[in-house]
Amino acid sequence: MNAALHSSGGVWAASWRRLKTDRVGVVAMAVVGAFLVLVLLAATHLVASSWQREVGVPNAPPTFVGPRPAEDTGAIAVPKGPNVDLSDIDPLAPRYAEWAERAKAFKTDEVTKAETLPLGGDRLGRDVLAKVIKGAEVSIVVGLAAAVVATFIGTLLGALSGFFGGRVGDLLEWVYNVFTAIPTILLIFAFAAVLPRGIGAVVCILALTGWTGIYRLVRAEFIKHRSREYVRSAEAIGASQASRMFKHILPNVSHVALVQLSLHVVSFIKTEVILSYLGLGVGVDQVSWGTMLAEAQNELILGYWWQLGAVAVFMAVFVTAFALFTDALRDALDPKLRGLE
Amino acid sequence: MTTLLSIQDLKVAFRMGKADGVMQRQLAVKGVSFDVPENGTVALVGESGSGKSVTAMSILNLVPSNAERQGRILFQGRDLLQASTRELQAIRGKDIACVFQDPMSSLNPVFDVATQICEPLMKHMGMSRRQALVRAEELLNEVGIPEPRRRLKAYPHEMSGGQQQRVMIAVALACSPKLLIADEPTTALDVTIQRQVMELLARLKQSHQMSLLFISHDLGVVGEISDHVVVMRHGKVREKAPVADIFGSPQDAYTKALLACRPSLTENPARLMVIDDHIAGRAASTDVRAKDPDAPVVLEVTNLKKSFWLRDGLFGRREFPAVKGVSFKLKRGHTLGVVGESGSGKTTMGLALLRLHEATGGTMSGEVRFDGHDLLAMSGADWLQMRRRIQVVFQNPYASLNPRFTIAQTLREPMEIHGIGVNTAEREAHAIELLKKVGLDETAMAKYPHEFSGGQRQRIAIARCLTLRPEVLVLDEAVSALDVSVQAQVLNLLKDLQDEFGLSYIFISHDLAVVRFISDEVLVMQNGDVVEQAATSELIAAPRQDYTRRLLSAVPRGYVGVPRAI
Repeated sequence: MNAALHSSGGVWAASWRRLKTDRVGVVAMAVVGAFLVLVLLAATHLVASSWQREVGVPNAPPTFVGPRPAEDTGAIAVPKGPNVDLSDIDPLAPRYAEWAERAKAFKTDEVTKAETLPLGGDRLGRDVLAKVIKGAEVSIVVGLAAAVVATFIGTLLGALSGFFGGRVGDLLEWVYNVFTAIPTILLIFAFAAVLPRGIGAVVCILALTGWTGIYRLVRAEFIKHRSREYVRSAEAIGASQASRMFKHILPNVSHVALVQLSLHVVSFIKTEVILSYLGLGVGVDQVSWGTMLAEAQNELILGYWWQLGAVAVFMAVFVTAFALFTDALRDALDPKLRGLE
Repeated sequence: MTTLLSIQDLKVAFRMGKADGVMQRQLAVKGVSFDVPENGTVALVGESGSGKSVTAMSILNLVPSNAERQGRILFQGRDLLQASTRELQAIRGKDIACVFQDPMSSLNPVFDVATQICEPLMKHMGMSRRQALVRAEELLNEVGIPEPRRRLKAYPHEMSGGQQQRVMIAVALACSPKLLIADEPTTALDVTIQRQVMELLARLKQSHQMSLLFISHDLGVVGEISDHVVVMRHGKVREKAPVADIFGSPQDAYTKALLACRPSLTENPARLMVIDDHIAGRAASTDVRAKDPDAPVVLEVTNLKKSFWLRDGLFGRREFPAVKGVSFKLKRGHTLGVVGESGSGKTTMGLALLRLHEATGGTMSGEVRFDGHDLLAMSGADWLQMRRRIQVVFQNPYASLNPRFTIAQTLREPMEIHGIGVNTAEREAHAIELLKKVGLDETAMAKYPHEFSGGQRQRIAIARCLTLRPEVLVLDEAVSALDVSVQAQVLNLLKDLQDEFGLSYIFISHDLAVVRFISDEVLVMQNGDVVEQAATSELIAAPRQDYTRRLLSAVPRGYVGVPRAI
């Protein structure tokens, strides 16, 4: 039975086949995959575990820029005459020789700090490359997790409200109204007040405040689809409400949720910056792209642009690749676009 | 008579993207030639995919951007294929105007009627807004919209489908065009509204001294108003002749087939002719199998009522009765036709039997006895069991299949829900068997709905119902969205399936000719009430109500010999 063989792969196999033919999508998927591997390695302390070590001179420039020219040491002229002998008025003078003798018993290791670092250093001389990799761990985990949770909440509530309407819809609309009526930043403060600090809390805060837009869009799609004939047909053959909501309608509105997911990843990475700035984000002993951007503000005035540059490039590459990947995923999940160029 | 528009050897190809570095082209129109005389009506007839719309839209270059046109389109001696976009824009709406199929989507929903009629007047005729408004009111009056001054401020959604199409015609007429292209202007409308719009077009053509290029899939419709008919199939002209010749002595086998496949009010064959029958030279079978008059009653409906809640004011709501008490009995293997215009409650009645409710809720009363059980009083698991035995086929084959399900999934799902068949392999074998019954084969299983034509999708929808081995099928305008030729095939299929499985049908339609072909008994509904109920032959021969007579007279009769009285 040829047909049975054909269809046995199911929707996912067919989607995977379509995704593979999309060159942009595959490249984007590879980039996103590479970032996820990086996050994993950073989380297991295999890379960038020593990001807090001050390995370079303060504000060391990137290697490709070259070391900073030696600074002019000052305007006060060095006196030329013989040294003044202070021995007769210095009460410690007789002990200098003894101390020098004792100091010989210890070894002093002069740490030579690097003049340049691959992507430069921050004001403490920490390696920006290591920081940006460690920061990716926090930012991507926060952005992705919060967006996934927010999309999940928004889609679930939107589906319930849109599909059932009536009392359920009214109730959820009230919840939605309450959430959107409070200014976002106040809402964030409210959640921050009751939640402990840490990455998990940031994810919760972002997800709990960010689901409203997704809820609204998904609800509208469900209202549109619930009276479509294919859903009625499913009801006529006896499909349950859950089956109609999630097996029939959800795949047909998944593009909305996917696009929202990718937009929210970007916006949550940015919101994490604000949270960290307000002191509600990640702790001071952690680094994220957000805290790096906050630091970069002050450095930029002094002409040290590399921290900002590194974060901007990493963030732009990840965000673009993620958006392209979700676009490709949406197209791959839509059987109607098969074969179109 | 002078020629207004002359199409000479028109070819239209669509670029379909590159494969292996070579541009793939699909030829949609393969060398079409015909003339439209001044003050004449030419009808372009063919099935979906025959290239008739592409031909007409090529005249004003309203085709998609991946189309390539060749040949000559002479309008008043000027070749429109060579005209620049600017020149074409000057012609569009002013010299040549268009009316499209779906009035609902061709009017802009965010502008009121006045704005949409005034736009061409101000753009092409150089009128001020005040002058344009006066003219717009005249136009609305001319196309027969009551209270034109008040309706100018109306938005499209506040009007019925027929009124929307009248507004579209008013927009098209605004600049007194020399040629009006009407692309299936009545296909989306009820037969009664179709008749009104056709009469309006014929009248306006006379009073405005313009030519009409009328596109339709239905020869019966064009016969009444056109002078010349061009029959197209697969991008080629099969026959072009004056309308009397087309209906009197059609030369081409395809034209004959098109004429024969429409159910009519005058003769009642057992099966309708389909295109292939005709081309193969098979004759129509006329042996009407008599139905058993003593067959057991499967469905007995007593005083079924259904109403909806309408919002009234800020918090109030009032009840709107959509069905006001319907009673009938349906015998095994018989068909009950339900006829009426849009809004008569016929669809609501059909869906109420299945307890498929509108989302807005509303009350329902009465009794629906199916095999001794009252369907409306049933709950939970009992109802799920019953649901299997009474199934529905919807009007729009493009909307009734889940676009994300393969045909295999679509057909397997009902069997999985009701536990028919023990495993996937057995269910798929059963599904393939049913696909063959409805005229498809197993290659369909792995495909998605959008890969099929409308007729094929409707067959799949029917096959999905059959997976549950139902006893009663509610066919809600199941053939209304299909071309007449495809409609004939599906109607034949329905008759065959009825004979084979002993199915009972509730056939809901606005077209009495179709209902007559398939039904044993007819229920005529108006505004939620049953106005007439009789055996089909009785009803057709001697309708008792005015409303029924109006429905009967609205059925297109084809060419009637004399020009219609205007």
